[in-house]
Amino acid sequence: MERLEYRVRGSETDEFGGAQEALVGVVGSGNLEVMIEPADLGGDCLAVIETSITGFGAIWQQVVEDFFARNRLGNVKVSINDGGATPAVVSLRLDQALAHLRERQA
Amino acid sequence: MSIARHSFLEATARARLAGILDTGSFREFCGPGARRTSPHLKELGMPVAFDDGVAVGEGRIEGRPVLVAAQEGGFMGGAVGEIHGAKIAGLIERALDTRPDGVVLLLDSGGVRLHEANAGLIGMGEIQRRVFDARHAGIPFIVAIGGRNGCYGGTSIVARSCDWIIGSEQGRLSISGPEVIEAVEGIEEFDAQDKALVWRTMGLKHRRLLKEADYLVADDMAAFREAILSCLGKSRPLDLDALEQEHAALSTRIERFRDCADARDIWSRLGINAPERIPELEADEFNSLIEALEGKAP
Amino acid sequence: MTDLSSTERLIGQLFGDAARTERHDNLIIGEAPFDGQVLAVLGTVDQTYIGADAALAMARAVLDVMRDHPGRAILIIVDNSGHRLGRWDELVANNGCVAHLTKCLDLARRRGHRVIGLVNELAVSAGFMALGMSTDACYALPQAEVRVMALNAMSRVTKIPLDRLEELCKTSPVLGPGVRNFVRVGALRGVWEDDPAEELRRALADNPGEEDMRQMLALERGGRTQAQAITHMVRAGLEA
Repeated sequence: MERLEYRVRGSETDEFGGAQEALVGVVGSGNLEVMIEPADLGGDCLAVIETSITGFGAIWQQVVEDFFARNRLGNVKVSINDGGATPAVVSLRLDQALAHLRERQA
Repeated sequence: MSIARHSFLEATARARLAGILDTGSFREFCGPGARRTSPHLKELGMPVAFDDGVAVGEGRIEGRPVLVAAQEGGFMGGAVGEIHGAKIAGLIERALDTRPDGVVLLLDSGGVRLHEANAGLIGMGEIQRRVFDARHAGIPFIVAIGGRNGCYGGTSIVARSCDWIIGSEQGRLSISGPEVIEAVEGIEEFDAQDKALVWRTMGLKHRRLLKEADYLVADDMAAFREAILSCLGKSRPLDLDALEQEHAALSTRIERFRDCADARDIWSRLGINAPERIPELEADEFNSLIEALEGKAP
Repeated sequence: MTDLSSTERLIGQLFGDAARTERHDNLIIGEAPFDGQVLAVLGTVDQTYIGADAALAMARAVLDVMRDHPGRAILIIVDNSGHRLGRWDELVANNGCVAHLTKCLDLARRRGHRVIGLVNELAVSAGFMALGMSTDACYALPQAEVRVMALNAMSRVTKIPLDRLEELCKTSPVLGPGVRNFVRVGALRGVWEDDPAEELRRALADNPGEEDMRQMLALERGGRTQAQAITHMVRAGLEA
């Protein structure tokens, strides 16, 4: 297993306030689960990834940082348990998780 | 006008809960945010799940309070490890405190998680003990089976310790996995690749005909919900008379079907004229047939 | 004259000539006087596989004890290779028959019968669940083995290399076969190192109480360090 962490500057937002975490996906071969939750990070975004496929740090970094930037997120933590999903599936799950979190806020 | 069907089989554990429970009524205990993951899988260098493969909590069905557990079949084959088992055990203990109209177990599991074998096995025993505790207090236990893994191993014993079993024809309920029987006893004894054989022997249609299961429903969230609802508040006795009755029924069954080599032989003997047609029947056709069959049986 | 099984020899060791038991296929059913009371004795022999017939026969014996001898303690001598693997047993739903057996044992406990399990040779998976776990307490003789699955089979199924499993077994009590592991995870109350009759005396004197102690034992013994806390957490309805 490989553990990866990426923290980036985000926007000063309290978009999700005290919302509970949102979870999507199932951990399995070629699959992953994504948990997204508000976090007190001084505006930053944090992604913590546990993956069974080692050596793809650069791609993970690209995918999560793009996700954070594209959605203009801040004070958000993403936690991932991955069993070898493709970048496309990872992006999909990230978007779904965010949508769930927003639904919960509404 | 046809109503869109939401497949129970295809759904994740959480989607099943959303389909069964009243919208927004689910409150999860020890959820993914608690991050109580398996230390044993971690030691093996394997991926963990934040909820260790089971979501447990409280909710409502048509406003009636229930406690629910939904096994995630996609994670480790829904198999029961230390944390997973302890969550279900805790849920059942809570039932004695809060007295819901039912405890609903959406089982989708191959049994004990071999990666934590001993913890999984004792976990099963602890779940079963608590099922009996709560049943003796009059709380109904309703099992729903309709996922890919079926309900095997220790979970099949837990299932048959509950009051009611609901399943779709996609579901299976049996103690031994087909592959295990084939591996140990040979392909002549059981061909695990013969899907028709597997489902004839272990599928919920056969179980319903045997009266191992109570309700056969379509692979549809609404159908499961309706069947579960109909079981709420209905506790079945576990006293000496009840066990004597069950014993008589089981003894009769094994004698009656002692020389049957295939489920079709059993179905014939039950009075079904065209046993080969059973697998083709839709749930409602199947249930009409059952009604006619059991209606005339003494 | 057939050789006695180890189960039968154990019965002799426990009760001398006074036991009144009968052997039907691979089941031993009967009773034995012990310290001024009569115990029901139920056992399996020769690492038998428990099929639908055996499960129902044992259930019948337990029902008879409840009906004919209210309050009588039951000793279960456990010696099995798990449940029987075969098409017919699956057809007639062995899981239902095994579940029925556990219901009978559980009811006996609730009706005030002491139910004590003793693994003398082998207990495997569902065979242990059906008999060992549906007891006030289950013990094992020092030479017994309890397991979910043999290690080499586990390796094949999980695809974890055998040497890795063997390595992990040295430190992890949840993984491999062995009475010691099952004691640590709380599934076995203990091992009978002393004279079996003396151990039985102690086991019978041990008041079972209402609570299921196995999670607590697992925590004390370091076999399952999380189970009790998780169960408490969920029981309390805590989200995190």
